[in-house]
Amino acid sequence: MATRTDPKKDVVIIGLGWTGAIMGMELANEGLEILALERGDDRSTVPDFQYPNIFDELKYAVRYDLMQKPVNSTLTVRHNTAETALPYRHLGSFLPGDGVGGAGVHWNGQNWRPQAVEYRLRSYVEETFGADIIPEGMQLQDWGVTAEELEPHMTKFESVAGIAGKAGNINGEIQEGGNPFEAPRSAEYPMPPLKNTWDSELFADAARNMGYHPFPRPAANASIQYVNDYGMQLGPCNYCGYCERFGCNNYSKSSPQVCIIDALKRKPNFSYRTRSEVLKIEKAADGKTATGVTYFDEKTGEEVFQPADLVLVCAYSLHNVHLLLLSEIGEPYNPDTGEGVVGRNYSYQMTGGTSMWFRDKVFNPFVGTGAGGMSIDDFSMSQIDFGKEGFIGGSYITCGHTGGRPIQQMSLPPGTPAWGAGWKEAVGEWYGHSLSIGSHGSNMAYRDTCLDLDPTYKDRHGRPLMRMTFDWKDNDIRMTQFMKARIEEIAKSMNPDAMASGYKGDGAQYDVRPYQSTHNVGGAIMGTDPKTSAINRYLQSWDCHNVWVMGASAFPQNIQYNPTGAVGGLAYWALEALRKDYLPNPRPLM
Amino acid sequence: MRDMPGRPSRRGFLKGSAAGVAIASLAGAVKAQAPEKEAPPPLDQYERVYFNEAEWAFVMAACDRLIPSGGNGPGAIDCRVPVFIDRQLSGNFGKAADWYMQGPFDPAANPTLGFQSPLTPAEIYRQAIPVFQDWCNQTHGDNFENLEAATQDAALTSLQKGEVGLAPELRDFFQFLLANTKEGYFADPSYGGNHDMQAWVYIGFPGARGAFTSWPGRENAQYPLGPVAINGDRA
Repeated sequence: MATRTDPKKDVVIIGLGWTGAIMGMELANEGLEILALERGDDRSTVPDFQYPNIFDELKYAVRYDLMQKPVNSTLTVRHNTAETALPYRHLGSFLPGDGVGGAGVHWNGQNWRPQAVEYRLRSYVEETFGADIIPEGMQLQDWGVTAEELEPHMTKFESVAGIAGKAGNINGEIQEGGNPFEAPRSAEYPMPPLKNTWDSELFADAARNMGYHPFPRPAANASIQYVNDYGMQLGPCNYCGYCERFGCNNYSKSSPQVCIIDALKRKPNFSYRTRSEVLKIEKAADGKTATGVTYFDEKTGEEVFQPADLVLVCAYSLHNVHLLLLSEIGEPYNPDTGEGVVGRNYSYQMTGGTSMWFRDKVFNPFVGTGAGGMSIDDFSMSQIDFGKEGFIGGSYITCGHTGGRPIQQMSLPPGTPAWGAGWKEAVGEWYGHSLSIGSHGSNMAYRDTCLDLDPTYKDRHGRPLMRMTFDWKDNDIRMTQFMKARIEEIAKSMNPDAMASGYKGDGAQYDVRPYQSTHNVGGAIMGTDPKTSAINRYLQSWDCHNVWVMGASAFPQNIQYNPTGAVGGLAYWALEALRKDYLPNPRPLM
Repeated sequence: MRDMPGRPSRRGFLKGSAAGVAIASLAGAVKAQAPEKEAPPPLDQYERVYFNEAEWAFVMAACDRLIPSGGNGPGAIDCRVPVFIDRQLSGNFGKAADWYMQGPFDPAANPTLGFQSPLTPAEIYRQAIPVFQDWCNQTHGDNFENLEAATQDAALTSLQKGEVGLAPELRDFFQFLLANTKEGYFADPSYGGNHDMQAWVYIGFPGARGAFTSWPGRENAQYPLGPVAINGDRA
């Protein structure tokens, strides 16, 4: 029970990462009174990411200083509905962020737009290949929104975040040097591409020689000085090699604080509280709207009821779903019956890679950026004959050093001992002599890949942990094996002294131990049918029309790209509907 | 830049290039003005914060086999890796302070579901070392630290392969030991290991320099500067 009730706000925002910052800024500009609740700590470039303290691999990359602490919040995991789920006790496979900026602080900055076919994947598959090719249990769905509809909002996010890249398709005209397979864009990227590291040039040459179409990976790492729509400045990247898992000391990597929050803090009608974990979204007696949220104020030890007219759920995707389940907003999904919507269609990301070692090449891998490098999209969703290849999905293929940090980024040839004299000899011999080509691919949702509340384990507030049920499926294994074959062809053409591949194979079980990606999506998915989606095409809850849910929890299945670009674009898309249609007349928009 | 006594730097960052010589003399000049650093106590006189004497003897010996001192590059003992591990086990990592440690526990669960022991890493070291020492005594006739190097390697291999009969809640012991040893070898020296940044010098990692604006795209050019630590020390 709440021990304190605070004065009512127009808007309460749960989570102050990318989408919380975007919603806060745009709705503050509408003159609304806004409060953002962030359960983690406050964070700013100075002092939290400043030089040289941030260049600490042990503290940030190995001990996860900027990430969510499982002691405060975690979930349980099982492979199938017959197993007993066990807690994700320390981080490994994925790394949810917390604190102001959220995962937008420690991301690499790989900022993509989905391909046009990805938004209407079910329709595309049925129209092109026939519904027969959809495997049993795969719950393919359309997003209910198209690439054309989202285009201006994707452009807006890229303009705010300041993305460096080269357009491949401007209004239908293919551009030399860009990605020819991307959905049409209305304009060039805000910044030119980053400088390439030598490894990515070697990859691009090899790919070009095989007839593929290499282009610079779109990067939220500034290539030039830049001032964005909110008057925020980014400085050119130093290629320091400390992007992923670190905050940027140089105001170069786009983060919510660098791009938005420092301006947002100056708005008199916006405020935020840290160490304030929302426990529940409170519903009105008729269950059709929310009245506000109850949160735990860690600074005073009180439970606080915060009344608000509009509740924006802007936490990390997994936490969004958890909060909806705890608040009983939307019917929980039941994998046995296939009924219910909250927790439906969780999916992950299918990645793989081939590493190569070159005795006579020196790469200085510590010269790197989180998102620079070169990619090809020749084996993306729109380019693959799903009927012929026997899977639905695709990957982008990419190469570029993100850093050369010796604890976690030491790359040694196959056959090297894990320890002892042979290991020591090898680290001296091979450090800085390798490159890696990665595939970053889609992952489909199935009837039994889902999220619900765990029957056994509780969090520090006594609430049930969320339970994830997930394992790799044949469709996605076939997709990654297809990429393995393509990448190994490119790799062999580069004549390495040694090479090794790592891709999921037949019988691979999801393993929570090694890092894979923090691209957990789904669970509160968008759509046009309230029977199969938790939120409508504007990201508005079907059940409580004043609850809107941002983030990758909206993806019906995972795209072949990193999610942040689409997450940002969807936030601006939702804002347009909120501003033009909802605020003047609050109601279900569909 | 100075060479480690008895172990010339493998890569020789600065050797043989004119630029290297110039930078080396500059670094030397800066160093000459700085007050001499006090040498840390020898490892056998180091004031431990977590390990007891028996554990320390084991960890010293194990680190020395995981990253031995012979051949090219420094070993774990040269880098004072046991100091790093001692400090880590007394801190948040050793206490599993950030981890979800509520029961029920199923330590024998499918390993793909991750760490499921009710014990913290510090407790795992404390409980696993005597079990392993008993195994060494039964199998090889003495404590680990008293065995020949080749026998030690065989014993560690058995431990790595799960052949020494550790209870399920201790099964991550070897992985912790190996990971912590490599962390102590390569982490910033402020954590007690990577003494004098020897491991960074050995592989050619520049540490906390963090500004390489003119370096992307250079082909086959070795970066010339030696490492700096977070506290500003230069190797």
